[in-house]
Amino acid sequence: MSHSDQPERDPNEMPSHRIEGAADDSGTSTASSSSSSSGSGNQYTLRDSRGRQFKEKAFRWICVATATVSVAVLGWLLTSILTQGIPALTPELLTNAPEPDPSQAGIRPALFGTIWVCALCGLMTLPIGIATAILLEEFKPKSKFAAWIYDVIQLNISNLAGVPSVVYGILGLTAFVSMFGLFDTSATENYQGLEMGVKYYDQFFSEGDRSILLPVPDVSAEITQPSSGMNAYMFAQDADGNSLIDYSKLVPTKINVISYDDEYPEDESVLESTIFEDAQAGRVSQKRWYYFRLPFGRGVLAGAMTLMLVILPVIIISSQESLRAVPSSLRDGARGMGATPWQVVRTVTLPAAIPGIMTGSILAMSRAIGETAPILIIAGIVYIRNAPQHLMDDFTVMPLQIYNWTSRPQEEFHHIAAGGIIVLLAILLSFNGIAVFIRQRVQKPLS
Amino acid sequence: MMASADNTLDLDQRVRALHASDRKSLVGVRIREFGVYVVLFLCGVFSLLITVAILGVLVTETINFFRADEVTIANFLGSTQWTPLLGNQKSFGIWALISGTMSVMVIAMCIALPLGLITAVYLSEYAPPRVRGVLKPVLEVLAGVPTVVYGFFALMVITPTLQWFHSGFGVFNATSGGIAVGILCLPTVCSLAEDALQAVPRSLRDGVYGMGGTRFDATVKVIIPAALSGIISAFLLAIARAIGETMIVAIACGSRPQVTLDPRDEIQTMTGFMVQMAGGDVSNFGTEYYSMYAVAFTLFIITLSLTMVGNVVRKRYREAYE
Repeated sequence: MSHSDQPERDPNEMPSHRIEGAADDSGTSTASSSSSSSGSGNQYTLRDSRGRQFKEKAFRWICVATATVSVAVLGWLLTSILTQGIPALTPELLTNAPEPDPSQAGIRPALFGTIWVCALCGLMTLPIGIATAILLEEFKPKSKFAAWIYDVIQLNISNLAGVPSVVYGILGLTAFVSMFGLFDTSATENYQGLEMGVKYYDQFFSEGDRSILLPVPDVSAEITQPSSGMNAYMFAQDADGNSLIDYSKLVPTKINVISYDDEYPEDESVLESTIFEDAQAGRVSQKRWYYFRLPFGRGVLAGAMTLMLVILPVIIISSQESLRAVPSSLRDGARGMGATPWQVVRTVTLPAAIPGIMTGSILAMSRAIGETAPILIIAGIVYIRNAPQHLMDDFTVMPLQIYNWTSRPQEEFHHIAAGGIIVLLAILLSFNGIAVFIRQRVQKPLS
Repeated sequence: MMASADNTLDLDQRVRALHASDRKSLVGVRIREFGVYVVLFLCGVFSLLITVAILGVLVTETINFFRADEVTIANFLGSTQWTPLLGNQKSFGIWALISGTMSVMVIAMCIALPLGLITAVYLSEYAPPRVRGVLKPVLEVLAGVPTVVYGFFALMVITPTLQWFHSGFGVFNATSGGIAVGILCLPTVCSLAEDALQAVPRSLRDGVYGMGGTRFDATVKVIIPAALSGIISAFLLAIARAIGETMIVAIACGSRPQVTLDPRDEIQTMTGFMVQMAGGDVSNFGTEYYSMYAVAFTLFIITLSLTMVGNVVRKRYREAYE
C-alpha cells in the first residue's frame, strides 16, 4: 500500500486524544482493537470508528460482489450460448447455405458476405481515418481560420462517435443505395442507372432445360423477336447432358425458329437450337466481377460504405490517441534534421504509432463485423444463397443471418443461431486476441 | 605529415565539391508537402460531410413526411398513438415510441450506472493488480460482444428467467431488453468512469488517508466528487448508447408501440420501429416509409444533444489539477 500506514490524528472527526489506526486491509483488526482498548471514556468515537470500519468493509464487499456479477454475466452468456449452440456446430453449418430445413442450414453466404463487406470497409476506412488523425495531430493549424476548422472537425468526430449506428444505416440507405434519388430508377422499370461490366441477354426456353440466349444491347431494349439464323448462345452442357448455368461457358449457335405448323426437326443438333416462335423470353444478365453501377443498390459496396461511416470516428479517435502517445522529442529530432512535416510523419511518427493504430483498427473492424443494424437497414432481410460475386451483389452478413434465425419462432432455428453466434464470437475473440498481442508485444515504450 | 596534409586537402576538396554540386530544388518538396496537406485536409473534411449528409437527409425526408396530408406536427408531437401501418386511421404520435425507448433506457441504466460506477471504483481504488488484470479484459470482452448476441441472450435466457420468477412477463417485454442493454452499457460506464477516477491525482487520496479517512471516505467524499464531471459525461454517453441501441430491443422487446409503465409489457422503441420498417414490412415510398426518417431525426436529435451536453460537462466542470 502506497498511502500512509502510520497512525494519524484527525482533529476534525476525532475530538478525543486517542490515536486512531489508519484504515487499511491489514490495519483493520489493529484499529478496532486499539480503539476498544482505549475508548473507555469516549463512546461516540468508538461507535463512529466502528461504523466507519463497517462501512469500509461493507463497501469492499459490495465492490467485490459487483465485480463478480460482471464476470458471472459473461460466464452466464457464454454458457447459455455454448449449451444451445454446440450441438448445431457441424461442418455443414460452415459450408451450407441457409436452407429452409434447420438441420441443413449453414452460414456460408453470410460468412463470405462478412468477409467481403469488412475487407472493403477496412480498405476504405483506414486511409481516411488515419489521414484525418494525422491531420489533426501532426499538422497543427497555422491560421485562426484553420484552427477553427480543426476545432469543428474535432468536435464533429466526437459527436459522430455517439450517433446510433441505425441512423448511419438510414443515411447509407439514402446516400449509397438510392444516391439521394438522383437516378430515377422508378421511371422505367428496367432502368438500372449507369452500368459497366454487364451483358444482357433474352433467354428463351424450349424443350427440356435447353435455354437459348440472344444478346441485347442494353437492359431497356425491347424483347427480341427471334428469327431463323440469328446469332445466339447456349449454355454449355456437361457430360450428362445437363446444361451448366455458367456464363463463362457460352456456346455460340444459330437459332432455328419454327411454328407449330412446321415439321418438328429430327436432327439432334438442329433440335438443340430450335425454339417455337411464340416462346416467351426473359431478360437475364451476365455480370462480371468488376460489375459496377450507379446507384449502388442494396449491394456489398453500399454495405461497406455504410459500415465505414459507423467505424470512421472510432478509427480516427484511436489513431489520434496512438499518435499523441509518440513522444515529441522524436518529432523534434526529425525536424531538427530539416525534415518537412510530411517527412516527419512518414519516417518517424507514423512508424512509431503503427502498432497502436493497428490495435485500434482491429478493434474497430471487430466492431464492424458485429454491427447489425445498419446492414439490416441497407440490405433488408433477404434470402441469400450465394456468396457475393461482385461489388453490387446482394449480400448478407453473419449477425444479420443470426438475427434472421433468432426472429423465427421455431426452436431449431434458435439452435443454429446459437451455432452461428459461436462462430461469430470465435472470429471476434481471435481479432481481439490479435489486438491484445500487438499491444503487448510490438508496442515498445518509446520514451 | 604529408599524409595528413593530403587528407586535409582531400577533405577540403570534398567539401567544396559538396557545396558546388547542384542543390536539389525545394520546389518539388514544397509542392509535395502542399499536396499531402490538401489530401489530409480533404479526409478531415470528409467527416464534416458525413454530418452534413446526415442532417441533410434526415431534415429533407422529415419535411417530406410532414408534407403528407395524413401527418400533422401536432399529431406527431402530441399524440401517444403510433399506428402507421393501420390502414385508414393512421396516427403518428412519437410519444409511444419515445416512451418505449425511455422505459428500456431506465431499466438499462438502473443496471449499468450503479454496477458500472461501483466496478469502476473497485478497479480504480480497491482491486489488487491480479484481479484488475482479469476483470479489465472480461469487461472488454463484454463490450466487444455484438449486440445481436445480446438480443439472442435476452430472448432465450433472460426472458425465460424472468418468466420463471414471475409469470406475468410476456415473450417480448421491456425488462429483458432493458437488462441486456444494461449489460451492454456496463463496460462503457465502467471504463469511462475508471478513466475519470484515475485522473484524480494521488495527492488528494493521500490527503484523505493522512487525515485518517478510510478508503470508503476517500472514494465517496473526495475522489468521486473530484471526478464527477467525467463520471456524469460517462453516464450521459451510456444513456445515449442505450437510447440508440437497436438489435437487442428489436429482438427482445417486441413491436407494439404503446405508452405503458408496466415493464412486463411488449413495447416498441424508436430504433425497433426503424428495424421493423427496414425488415420488409413496408416497401413502397409512402408516408409510413418517410415516418422512419422522422423517427430517425428525433433519435438523432436526442442522442446528439446528450453527447453535446456530455462534452460541455466534461469541458466546463472538469476540475483541473496540476
